[in-house]
Amino acid sequence: MPMLEVKDLHVAFPRGKKDWIEALRGVDLTLEKGERLGVVGESGAGKSMLAFAILNLIAEPGRVSNGSIALDGQNLLEMSERQIRKIRGNRVSMIFQDPMVTLNPVLSIGTQMIETLRAHRNISRRAAHKLCVQKLKQVAIPSAEGRMDAYPHELSGGLRQRVVIAIALLTDPEIIIADEPTTALDVTIQAEIMALILKLCRENDVALILITHDLGVVAEVTERLMIMYAGKCVETGRTRDMIAAPHHPYAAGLLKALPQNAKRGEKLYQIPGSMPPITNLPTGCPYHPRCPRASDICRASMPPLEGGVACFHPLEQSQEAPA
Amino acid sequence: MSAPIVETRNLQVRFPLPTHFLSREKPVLHALSGVDVQITQGETFCVVGESGCGKTTLGRAIIGLNKPSGGEVYFKGQRIDQMDETTRKPIRRDMQMVFQNPYASLNPRRTVFDTLAEPINHLMPEKTKDEVRAQVEDVLAATGCDPSWQRRLPHEFSGGQRQRIAIARALVTNPAFIVADEPISALDVSIQAQILNLLADLQAERGLTYLFITHDLSVVQHFGTRVAVMYLGQVMELATAETIFADPKHPYTKLLLDAIPKLEGGSFERPRTPGELPDPVNPPPGCPFAPRCPLAAERCRTERPKLREISNSGSMAACHFAQ
Repeated sequence: MPMLEVKDLHVAFPRGKKDWIEALRGVDLTLEKGERLGVVGESGAGKSMLAFAILNLIAEPGRVSNGSIALDGQNLLEMSERQIRKIRGNRVSMIFQDPMVTLNPVLSIGTQMIETLRAHRNISRRAAHKLCVQKLKQVAIPSAEGRMDAYPHELSGGLRQRVVIAIALLTDPEIIIADEPTTALDVTIQAEIMALILKLCRENDVALILITHDLGVVAEVTERLMIMYAGKCVETGRTRDMIAAPHHPYAAGLLKALPQNAKRGEKLYQIPGSMPPITNLPTGCPYHPRCPRASDICRASMPPLEGGVACFHPLEQSQEAPA
Repeated sequence: MSAPIVETRNLQVRFPLPTHFLSREKPVLHALSGVDVQITQGETFCVVGESGCGKTTLGRAIIGLNKPSGGEVYFKGQRIDQMDETTRKPIRRDMQMVFQNPYASLNPRRTVFDTLAEPINHLMPEKTKDEVRAQVEDVLAATGCDPSWQRRLPHEFSGGQRQRIAIARALVTNPAFIVADEPISALDVSIQAQILNLLADLQAERGLTYLFITHDLSVVQHFGTRVAVMYLGQVMELATAETIFADPKHPYTKLLLDAIPKLEGGSFERPRTPGELPDPVNPPPGCPFAPRCPLAAERCRTERPKLREISNSGSMAACHFAQ
């Protein structure tokens, strides 16, 4: 049995009095112990919504309207807030995009770390302090002891994100959900942070759900990949295989549109149009208005996710991406 | 080589910071400390670097949005940095800018037509109403915008569409030179290729010269003619795009290239030590990169290296040890 199993997850937000709009429209996901999964999609595809839903953090008036989320066989959706708190930030931690927003600006790093630890562990202040310093050292923060008294504004963006990672690791979680952890950072800092996350996940056998829009980052870090479009998973599989030979026309288009996959001086492949807003989805497959392979059946009904691909006309292994 | 269309000589920009009322110190932030670039007609001159390296300030100083504190800026052989507004006005037609965030750069209360007509009315007051309308329609067609957009407001458009409108606004006065400051980094992956292709097409049709500011090296590799790598207000390396990727000379360029996530993987395998930009208020006396540089020696900490030709390579690098 997989450690985390999400089945047919729907998240809906009300529009008007009776109408509901679905931000997630039936997403399945499994995660084994120590496995690294990448979730890729454009803004509005529902990838952050998926992360929030797993931690039961969907804000009112939105709600999980259907599906189940099981961690070691226990359904998180049926738990009380009290029970879920024992899991959130403890067995499952989260790293968000912008460390300036995640950290409390008026509390010192040490206070925030000790508070997190003592919320989940019955431990003395002194012991907590010691453990926190140790974690700061683990994420390669120079002069860790002194940094405990520093405030977030005194640290650079890269160091702040290291602190956030240290906090996420404090309780020795089994799963870390990282939502665009390096999008706000520069390339060299991104490389530092991703190398650190990769190393820590491997050393501690922690599973990772990495949410990003950057296919390069996913290729570097994850073993499995899931591509989302308009609230659905359109393709999932082993990262290496999918990047070498994508089957869904959207996945193929995304990869082909990358500048590193084009010859210099030649035009880039471009996917026409843009992703429809979830408030105004077309019938059938949500990708059909942009898809070069679309036919009548695509306009009429939604293709089921079969063999890792949700498409009526998937690309063959050897086939080139759509022209 | 023909005469450059834009040239800077020892360009400097300093920003005075707020002074403490008891202190006699007058802190100054050195955004650009002596930049020499020559941009040739018809090329795409890319400026890359991490946040705070001065790449945006360089673009803004050339266009005239920041007043240089020292040095000279030439446009088509004419010195423009010390011109007064009235003499400079006819030149503004020839130099335009596209900004990073199309959500912030378009006035939300102006229709697309008003936004596009403004530069013509301001910079070409001799045009009649009909000529203005014709020019706006031409530029909308050239940038792939529908003529019906003219009467709509920015909030009705997606990010990619807004960026097309922003590009149309820059083009409406038929400029020869465009500064594009991170024009695609606020856009979704599938939209980025569309905008890059549009910029390439426009360049081919109209013989435009671009100063392309970006932090994304894969875009530079595909799109750039020549590249300047900046660090803490200085150009560290200057070479053609092919050369800089095939044979980087400066240790900082190597670090940047090494940090790009690659589809084949391998960039994040080694743990990296945290490194950050030195304080631009008190820049180090020697090479600004010395604190992070694996090659740094005593000489680097005291003597600032000048940008010099590296023999048999066609590259210029500001490093004592580059060869």
